[in-house]
Amino acid sequence: MCIPTFLKSHYIWCFLKVIRELSGVILTRGPKLSNFIEWRGYKVVYKRYASLYFCMCIDQDDNELEILEIIHHFVEILDRYFGSVCELDLIFNFHKAYYVLDELLIAGELQETSKKTVARLIAAQDSLVETAKEQASSISNMIAQATK
Amino acid sequence: MAGSSIMESLFQRSLEDMINGFRLQMIGESKSIAKSMEEIRREIKSTDPHTKSIALQKLMYLNSIHGIDMSWASFHVAEVMSSTQFSHKKTGYFAASHSFHDGTDVILLITNQLHKDLTSTNEFEVNLALGCLSVIATTDLARDLTPEIFTLLSSSKIFVKKKAVAVILRFFSKYPGAVRVSIKRFVENLASSDPHVVSVVVGVFCELILKDPGSYLPLVPEFYRILVDSNDNWVLIKVLKIFSKFVLLEPRLAKRVVDPICEHMRKTGAKSLMFECIRIVVTSLTDYESAVRLAVEKIRELLVDDDPNRKYLGLKALSILGPKHFWAVSENKEVVIKSLSDADPNIKHESLRLVMRMVSESNVAEISQVLINYALKSDSEFCNDILGSILSTYSRNVYEIIVDFDWYVSLLGEMSRNSHFHKGEEIENQLIDIGMKVKDARLELTHVGRDLLIDPALLGNPSLRKILSAAAWVSGEYVEFSKNPFELMEALLQPRTNLLPSSIRAVYIQSAFKVLVFCLHSYLLKMEAIPSPSLEDLASGVSNLVSKTECPEGYEVAKCEAPANCGQGEGFNPRVSNILVKDLAKENDADRILAHGQASSSISLEKDPFTHESVIHLLNMIRTALEPLSGRHEVEVLERSQNVLGLVELIQQEIPGCLVQKEGSFKNDEPKAFKIIKLMHAAFSKELGPVSLCKCYEEILMSTPVSGPVASNVRLHVDHPMQQKKLPKHLISEESSKSSVFYKRGIPGKPVEWGRMTIKFAQQGSMRDEYYSWRHSMYYSL
Repeated sequence: MCIPTFLKSHYIWCFLKVIRELSGVILTRGPKLSNFIEWRGYKVVYKRYASLYFCMCIDQDDNELEILEIIHHFVEILDRYFGSVCELDLIFNFHKAYYVLDELLIAGELQETSKKTVARLIAAQDSLVETAKEQASSISNMIAQATK
Repeated sequence: MAGSSIMESLFQRSLEDMINGFRLQMIGESKSIAKSMEEIRREIKSTDPHTKSIALQKLMYLNSIHGIDMSWASFHVAEVMSSTQFSHKKTGYFAASHSFHDGTDVILLITNQLHKDLTSTNEFEVNLALGCLSVIATTDLARDLTPEIFTLLSSSKIFVKKKAVAVILRFFSKYPGAVRVSIKRFVENLASSDPHVVSVVVGVFCELILKDPGSYLPLVPEFYRILVDSNDNWVLIKVLKIFSKFVLLEPRLAKRVVDPICEHMRKTGAKSLMFECIRIVVTSLTDYESAVRLAVEKIRELLVDDDPNRKYLGLKALSILGPKHFWAVSENKEVVIKSLSDADPNIKHESLRLVMRMVSESNVAEISQVLINYALKSDSEFCNDILGSILSTYSRNVYEIIVDFDWYVSLLGEMSRNSHFHKGEEIENQLIDIGMKVKDARLELTHVGRDLLIDPALLGNPSLRKILSAAAWVSGEYVEFSKNPFELMEALLQPRTNLLPSSIRAVYIQSAFKVLVFCLHSYLLKMEAIPSPSLEDLASGVSNLVSKTECPEGYEVAKCEAPANCGQGEGFNPRVSNILVKDLAKENDADRILAHGQASSSISLEKDPFTHESVIHLLNMIRTALEPLSGRHEVEVLERSQNVLGLVELIQQEIPGCLVQKEGSFKNDEPKAFKIIKLMHAAFSKELGPVSLCKCYEEILMSTPVSGPVASNVRLHVDHPMQQKKLPKHLISEESSKSSVFYKRGIPGKPVEWGRMTIKFAQQGSMRDEYYSWRHSMYYSL
């Protein structure tokens, strides 16, 4: 399973056929090869973690090694958040993975280099969500809904 | 309604349930998806925000992972966004970020919502709004919401500030008016003490400066300070990128930044930062020798590293440096060449590109040897790449770097035999091109051509066909350089040529025609049937042994002498045919050396191949090979073979070889056949040059006649512009009778007539020759 994200000013949405094309190229590459691919005028940097491939599409100007470090940063944060993240975590909580990504990158730029800060932010938002849900599922609320 | 919504919300499948359902896949994936979509469409219309929100989550999953379109749900997304409950709001914003785009009309509706959220006291709501805006901002939104963002730029919460800064980037591209309002705040943030803020601001500036460096030059001192002071690698990388743009604009800046950059290069442990330093040095700071040296040292470290990423980047950096600092590349020559056999295709291609850059006049042969060896060892795709790049590099600027064309032509021959190679067309073009342009290489060219033509195995290989076609053309055109024209003729007519497509077969036959004319001409020259025009041109070592007697006597001489040339030449087997042999002496006058009228290079033959017998044999061989083609439908093959057969027939009638000897049947003037041959030979021997179509037509029309059945066939297919030469008028005779060779032999569908030349005929005739079809665009001036 791939989670492609597209950086920089090129907000091309990850439609399935793009993913399919890229995964066709990436999955055929052996383990000892370099992590960069030229694709349609852009560069794609990918990194493999067990059965997951994280790919990022960048401009010609960008520094590939930096992107590899960003990918690693992201995976480490996910790891910390989910606790030893595995594929299933990502499948069932894909929206949470996106929330983490939103804290990490904005407008294609890396916004937070500290893992702790990101973790803190996500935790704060999660607790907000939780309290909101608890409120909603409280009996009083249900009754209020029913009598609307 | 309310009741049903409670029911719905109680029994609604949650996201997790749905995913589990997919994973179990009892009923197949597309059916599960369709079922879920139905559910979602129903649920999303519910008034209960919770139901809606869950439905939206499920829809998001289907959209992201399975690519299901969700643009129909944009209104519902907006509804969920406006929910007061944080969790729903979050889902809504998430959906909006992923599914809204410039064309979504609902965006207008959410402006207000965004405004509310941006000014909310809950910083996380602000967060959500900013995050969403950074993705979907349109021009309208940018214009309307700039004031709010402006306020947020000075927010006390750092993460909000950072997001606001990033949103400004998006706004800048959509609504440049945002610049005027917020640039000051922006710049203030650059000088901020908080490194996090600085890093985001620098990131955004990096983007802006990449697009338009000139406007931001005044900020150089700020960036310089960061370059020197900062320890944060991420920021440094960005600043380096910024400076690489600035330095190009402002060269004096280079002097100041060179030193800090070299410092960083030396000290840093982070490879990404080091690579960025290398990059800036090789692109913008190439004038500073010490910096370049340091960079090359670091590149070398990268190149010898086992990690393929680093090797690849090292090669890339080296190739940027290449042209100006050649020494850097040649220092690392071995590593680069070794990388040609690396497992990673990226690395291989990069090193191939580098090797091509290293090529110059002095090392051409050496490098191509190395490359050919690698090509043989590699897989098919890379082999093609190598050979393709050799061809294109060596032929650049009209073969600028090639000094020894003989060697290059033999290299082309070698490449043709490479089983992986599929770029036959390029080799074909080059062979013909070199033949036309480089006279000295023609000898070698004919050798290479001959080698390719005589090998029957090559005929079965479809990718070689174009090359063979070029080989045939070259052999025909420059047949005077050939060692053994008879062998050539055999090769051109061998039965396996049936495997060739008709266009290429046509080339073969046309070349055979040229070879035939050449042989006949040489024979007749030798027999002094035609006076040799330029005996003075003879190369040293060649002497003319033919006595200068008049035509009929010459003929007698030819008849009685007729040395039997059994077993002369390579691969030539004269089969004694049904001609009068008894008159011919078997003694062989060895060591005759032939004089060619046109010989410019020295071709000295041990034994004389142009004998009566060999010519007869030749003519018979042609008949056997080409007569079966008369039944073919392909016009080009048919036409050309008819040409050749026509000439053969003419010759066989006029040279008393096949017929019983007719004493005194000679006329005192030259037999017409000889005239034709002389003419054709002259025509074929002319150097090819650019053609004017009108001229061509003119020449053909005003030609002088020669009678005989050869007639219009031959006239039509002289593949030569004939700038001064005129064709005999006989060719345009009006006769046509049962006894003529045209009887029952007209091209189907075309009226058989002599003589009436039209532009169309002229065009057809000359254009259909394969040479013109190839050189079409270059050689026509109309």
